[in-house]
Amino acid sequence: MPEKPIQGEKRVFMTGNEVVAWAALAAGAEIMYGYPITPQNEIMHYWTRLMPKYDRKFLQTEDELSAGFTTVGGVLAGRRAFTATAGPGNTLMQEPMSMAEAMRLPVVVVVQQRGGPSTATVIYSQQEVTMTTLGGNGEGLRVVYSTATHQELFDYTIKAFNTAWKYRFPTFVLGDGYQAKMRESLTFYDPAERGIEMVPTEPYVGKPGMPGVDRPPTHLRNTYNVEEELYEVLKDYLADYAKAAPEIAEYEAFDTEDAELVVVSHGVVSRAGKAAVKELREAGYKVGYFRPITLRPLPVDQLREVANKAGQLLVVESANGQLDRLVKEAAYGCSAEILPMFKPGVGITAEEVVARVKEIKG
Amino acid sequence: MSVQPAMPKCWRMESKPHKFCPGCGHGLVLKALGQAIDELGIQDKVVFGCDIGCSLLSWDFFNVDTVQTHHGRTTPVITGIKRANPGVLGIAYMGDGGGYAIGAQHLVSAATRNERITVILVNNTQYGMTGGQMAPTTLPGQKTETTPYGRDIQATGYPTQGPEMVAAITPEGAYVARGTVANVKQLKGFIKKALENQMAGNGFSFVEALSTCPTNWRTNAEETWKFVEQEMTKYFKVGEIKVPGPREKEGQ
Repeated sequence: MPEKPIQGEKRVFMTGNEVVAWAALAAGAEIMYGYPITPQNEIMHYWTRLMPKYDRKFLQTEDELSAGFTTVGGVLAGRRAFTATAGPGNTLMQEPMSMAEAMRLPVVVVVQQRGGPSTATVIYSQQEVTMTTLGGNGEGLRVVYSTATHQELFDYTIKAFNTAWKYRFPTFVLGDGYQAKMRESLTFYDPAERGIEMVPTEPYVGKPGMPGVDRPPTHLRNTYNVEEELYEVLKDYLADYAKAAPEIAEYEAFDTEDAELVVVSHGVVSRAGKAAVKELREAGYKVGYFRPITLRPLPVDQLREVANKAGQLLVVESANGQLDRLVKEAAYGCSAEILPMFKPGVGITAEEVVARVKEIKG
Repeated sequence: MSVQPAMPKCWRMESKPHKFCPGCGHGLVLKALGQAIDELGIQDKVVFGCDIGCSLLSWDFFNVDTVQTHHGRTTPVITGIKRANPGVLGIAYMGDGGGYAIGAQHLVSAATRNERITVILVNNTQYGMTGGQMAPTTLPGQKTETTPYGRDIQATGYPTQGPEMVAAITPEGAYVARGTVANVKQLKGFIKKALENQMAGNGFSFVEALSTCPTNWRTNAEETWKFVEQEMTKYFKVGEIKVPGPREKEGQ
């Protein structure tokens, strides 16, 4: 039995991709399948360097379709399996993830967003929100965590495996190229020592016993003969999702009680949002901060409460309104005016957010 | 008293009679596979994956653990299962469109990696489920819904030689054969050897089965057999193409 990858707590300073590899190890991930694409490559690099020591596996596939479908296979075999991708790779990943949705397979995917559309930049964006939350042909029966710090990359990569295996929906950790490549301090820990129990896995196929004799055979399908047959299945899935959504949804907020304007942002941009709101408060502006951590499902009730209290929401994102669309759907009918601050494919600083708020508030 | 033909033990009685069209070759290929599973005593070890197209109708065909996947993606799903749990025997079952068109990159890559899985590909020269369009395996001059005047080889090329391609790109240890539903006993032997090759951990194993589609060929029984036995074999040579073990060196 190989030793635990992380023993005790440890302060470390490293890139986000290295953090993800360590978090997957700590979570007990048994196999990674992947295909090279920037800016997620170093997740594979660190995983392949670390895995022999901890008896884990890796397969480099021929493309992201295969990376996604082999990860589906790993989960079917009952293993904690994951993959990582970005940009055009995420586009291909949507096909296997629609199968994971159809069969309720707890696949974990780490996405490090890069510029789009197409090849665009290998560097950074928040332009994979729509695709990661609602991609594929289907209903978006998935969970998406949008991380803001390296500590969160570690925490939520571990959590993603538990959410996936508890609720049996494919689960994404949505980072970006900045988080992937920059170095930052964080604390490593063994989940068990923090009281985090890893949800046990179980095989779907290759189970013990003679199928048809000792037990029924597993017959998994994503094809249905008639509309009503599909509808019956989806009704159950959607009910399960609606029930799980409030348990899964997470957010971070402050100074929203008396705020006239609330800055809404997610992921790495929320760091600028947070700093801006603190600075503006000190300057006497009645502003607040709201950040959905889960983009799917959104913390709808909490967002609506803010959108009914504040006069204005300023949605700040490195995309042309991808978070904005989610916010507007969730806040439909609420009283707040929803204002944009969109810089697709470009980073956003606290100074820019401060300037934009001052422009609005005069 | 009527006598029913014996069905393989691993067939699932609850899903019989099966869902394939009258005269379809899938039932014969799956019978050969079922007999091979029975004879090898591996019903509790097999994980069966089926593709999109007519092959998906086999999703509840056997009393073995089964997953129906997407078009062309059965090879990576079974690869993923086998990599995660080498204790199972993975079988990827697909048509010629799934293997040679939309999933060609997966077949090529699984073959070159020598994945310890068995791929069984049913070649009936066209896309059956979608209504009879041209496939990579459509014969020159053959009429399909997308080649209504016959396949023009100048415009669309020659039929894909799948097993020959797989044989060319697999390392030592691979098993590659082409059987036909016109000779089920031989086909069963090929499938059995393919599975034994996986059990021995030698490498990739691949069996193409020449099969029938009277529905889309618009043929009667006599014409159907004539097509599979005489027309298809002009382009698709039946037999073992690659067997494990080092090849004999020249001059020895």
